[in-house]
Amino acid sequence: MFARNDHMPQGSRLSLRVAVLGGVAVALFAVLFFRLWNLQVLSGDEYLAEAKNNRTREFKVIAPRGDILDRNGEVLVDNRTSLALQLNTARLPDGPAEERAELVRLGKLAQMSLRQVRRAIREEEEVAAGAPVTLRRDVGYDLVAYLEENQREFPGVAVQRIFVRHYPHGSLAAHVLGNVGEISEEELREKPYKSLEPGDEVGKAGAEYSYDRFLRGIPGLTRIQVNALGQPTPGGQLVSKSPTPGDNLKLTIDADVQTAGEEALASRGLPGAFVSMNIDTGQILAMGSNPSYDPTVLDEPTQAQVNELYRDEVLAPLVDRATEGAYPTGSIFKIVTALAALENGVITPDEAIYDGGALKVGTDTFENAGGVANGPVAMARALQVSSDVYFYTLGLDMWETNELQEWAHKMGIGRPTGLDLPEESEGLLPSRAWRDQLYKEGLTERPWSAGDNIQLATGQGDLQTNPLQMAIAYAALGNGGRIVTPHVGLEVEDTAGRVLREFDFGIRRKFRIDPAYRQVVLEGLHAAAQEGDGTAAGVFGGFPVPIAGKTGTAERPGHADQSWFAALSPYPDPRIVTIATVEEGGFGAESAAPAVLHILEAIYDKQASEVSSSGGAE
Amino acid sequence: MNTYATRTRNTRPEPFAVHVGLAERLGLAHMDWPLTIGAVGLIAFSAFTLGQATRNDVPGSPDYYLNRQAIYAVLGIVGMLAMTRIDYSRFRELRVGIYTFLCASVALVFVFGFAARGSRRSFELPFFSFQPSELGKLLLVLALAGFVIDGARRGSAVQRTVRYLCLGLAPAALVFLQPDLGTSLVFVVATLAVMYFGGVPWTHFAVIGGGLAALIALVLVIAPAVGAPALKGYQQERLTSFLSPDEHASGAGYQQNQSVIATGAGQWSGRGDKATQTRLDFVPERHTDFIFAVIGERYGFMGAAFVLSLYALIFWRALRIVTLSKNSYGILVAGGIAVTLLFQTFVNVGMNLGIMPITGVPLPLMSYGGSSVIATFLAVGVLQSINVQAHLSQKGRFAW
Repeated sequence: MFARNDHMPQGSRLSLRVAVLGGVAVALFAVLFFRLWNLQVLSGDEYLAEAKNNRTREFKVIAPRGDILDRNGEVLVDNRTSLALQLNTARLPDGPAEERAELVRLGKLAQMSLRQVRRAIREEEEVAAGAPVTLRRDVGYDLVAYLEENQREFPGVAVQRIFVRHYPHGSLAAHVLGNVGEISEEELREKPYKSLEPGDEVGKAGAEYSYDRFLRGIPGLTRIQVNALGQPTPGGQLVSKSPTPGDNLKLTIDADVQTAGEEALASRGLPGAFVSMNIDTGQILAMGSNPSYDPTVLDEPTQAQVNELYRDEVLAPLVDRATEGAYPTGSIFKIVTALAALENGVITPDEAIYDGGALKVGTDTFENAGGVANGPVAMARALQVSSDVYFYTLGLDMWETNELQEWAHKMGIGRPTGLDLPEESEGLLPSRAWRDQLYKEGLTERPWSAGDNIQLATGQGDLQTNPLQMAIAYAALGNGGRIVTPHVGLEVEDTAGRVLREFDFGIRRKFRIDPAYRQVVLEGLHAAAQEGDGTAAGVFGGFPVPIAGKTGTAERPGHADQSWFAALSPYPDPRIVTIATVEEGGFGAESAAPAVLHILEAIYDKQASEVSSSGGAE
Repeated sequence: MNTYATRTRNTRPEPFAVHVGLAERLGLAHMDWPLTIGAVGLIAFSAFTLGQATRNDVPGSPDYYLNRQAIYAVLGIVGMLAMTRIDYSRFRELRVGIYTFLCASVALVFVFGFAARGSRRSFELPFFSFQPSELGKLLLVLALAGFVIDGARRGSAVQRTVRYLCLGLAPAALVFLQPDLGTSLVFVVATLAVMYFGGVPWTHFAVIGGGLAALIALVLVIAPAVGAPALKGYQQERLTSFLSPDEHASGAGYQQNQSVIATGAGQWSGRGDKATQTRLDFVPERHTDFIFAVIGERYGFMGAAFVLSLYALIFWRALRIVTLSKNSYGILVAGGIAVTLLFQTFVNVGMNLGIMPITGVPLPLMSYGGSSVIATFLAVGVLQSINVQAHLSQKGRFAW
């Protein structure tokens, strides 16, 4: 039907062309098959990893930390939200030049210089390598919008909603509350922080640290499928776990009492500390240390602020003097000497000792403070006027035995109290064993001597203790021999206010105090505080609540006298111990006693009436 | 079977008359079944893949692409069967009309065309948009083969070669201006394929090859260098970025990079519904140009190799039909169609696998799209027709 055409390939010529084309086709298909095999079978793993990396982005949803409340529900710490500009350094471009350019652009965004950006990164690497670096907090929404639109230009940069601790009462109870901070590399390896990740916030000090596991909460996780532009795809939420907010912590602290204590100390302008505690339960109503600090400074301290905080070892605002102080206490220690002497039969309550103003032991003379002579005094009177000679004598009588040390040890002097806050110093209770050991090692020039015990009997010499330990000792006197566990944690509540857990710290130890001896000591303290020529009668004489109190004036080498006051209230069935100390505050009645008065006024909501000052020196 | 040849209406039915089967009546008796299976297998796999992979693409209608592709498949198969029954040699006589229609339809797109993403390629019809250049691939082969047969004795070999080239490159140029670089390349290849089987000397192909190389150099290197780019920026980038995908990782090479990742991630047996690369927009145009990456990721090497095997099967049968053809026109048409399918397959799959530049060439019978699916089925139908006619001629029978 067609005219056969000689130009058309026929027969073998057609076969050649078909064969050539067939060969080409075989080659092309071979290329495709080989490439497919190479991609999918030989290096499929790599591509699969790349694809997985491609498709999801994990957003950690930070759980708000629980609030910290005072015992009446007053908020001491809560959270405010803040937008933080964060950088994931792992996603910075490779190559120094590209990285530099990226950092410069970032710096512009965060209003930081290149040097500041680099320093922020370096500091973060030191704390927790791999965690996102927070370049700037409290950024504005305009920046958020800008970043969202230009996400691809800023790889690894995200604006994260973070919670920042907020302190409605400012620096109030700063030492008790403590602060939060980014978890450190060391902490990450510790068991309590097992589930945490670099960049997480944990309590670093105070109650924030001790009760971290309740306050912390559990972060939520949103794993979002993202498309090629890094935008979430509709319905592409793979996992969404809402964060569980931390539980609220209710403290035993009473904000009003705390405020009163801090005011009282701050008004002196001198370093000092105070503690007020329930003697039956160990609940701390107020505890503070002056100077204090603004906890928000610790969130992002500038170098200047760090310098300020650590400027002076003596002033050191971060030190909690109530628990970490190491002081001699002066005469408030005398209750320990009194109980030790009475219980060991060294003296009876009515046995008088002649106080001629000084006690001579060998070549040494121990004088009353101010050189006052009190004449013959028995226990109660000796406490009222704070006769040093009386207690020097008891110290001398007990110097060869370990009786004073045993009682001091029983009452908690020079040993940890079991406080539920991380900061606590053990202190030092001087004893024969201690000094003789030092002497043997050649660290001191003399072994234990009568003078050491005489000094200790009046709370002087090598004694190192702190207001909290003394509060435990006074509490034991007040409650008849029970050593309570001081604590600030009252209960854990959920966000709706339901109590999840009440803390019961119980008592640590118990020992017997003869009620008659306890009574005589309390009588002496009551007289000292509120009767006649008691050492603090000038301060507490007009206070309507009967109390038992003791002044103390501690001599510290190289310092002016340190003022102490310890009060058990109400007398005769005390419930609360309150102790204050003011470094270089002079006599006990001069600064510490007024501070305690101010605290008691807040506790009992009663003012003291003016009295004519007739209190004598110790 | 020879009984049929002697059977006439006037003779008395023989006692052992064999009844004419249904397949015979539909003209399907001499279809090339492997070719049919390959084509229908591909479109079925396409519909299956689209049904699974595009469920979230059109909000509120998860089966949008599946349903449409199924309709196109049915229309295409009907078209193929119809084409099977037509004697393809008729098209030789209609070559001028076909050629005119081809050029006119491609040109009319400029006037009435529906603009999408900066290029006008298709007409918007009530139910779907018709892209004339897709059908044009077949029309060009049919018309050009006719011209080659017709003009085989006129002019010198060089004159003939130049004439064929001009006839083929005219519509190719129109398509290029739409702009649709990929399809215009298919037109060029179809032209060369028809010339190849039309007996154009090897030397001419050498010259054409050299000319093409020079042209590519001119377009890609020299023209941009002297400030008169022949291609649009994105076209230029697409063509060159596959040579260095990492360098263009977030630009033009991005799509290709993602496509390669998707395919590789499929590994041996695929990721099924976990195929996130192609489900989450990382791979663009996943229902059309990059559907092979979808198959690679979802069904792994087994799925992708199966699809490739079907293409190999189709090409083998097409090449076989070239050798069976009863006439030269059939050889040219079958050869043109075979090479066109091979070229499109290789360019598209190669693009998906990152070894060919990105040109908007659909994967025949896999990519979503009515024009492409129906036009390809019609082309397969023409191949079937050539096969049927060859069988019938050998038996001394003509078409009905």
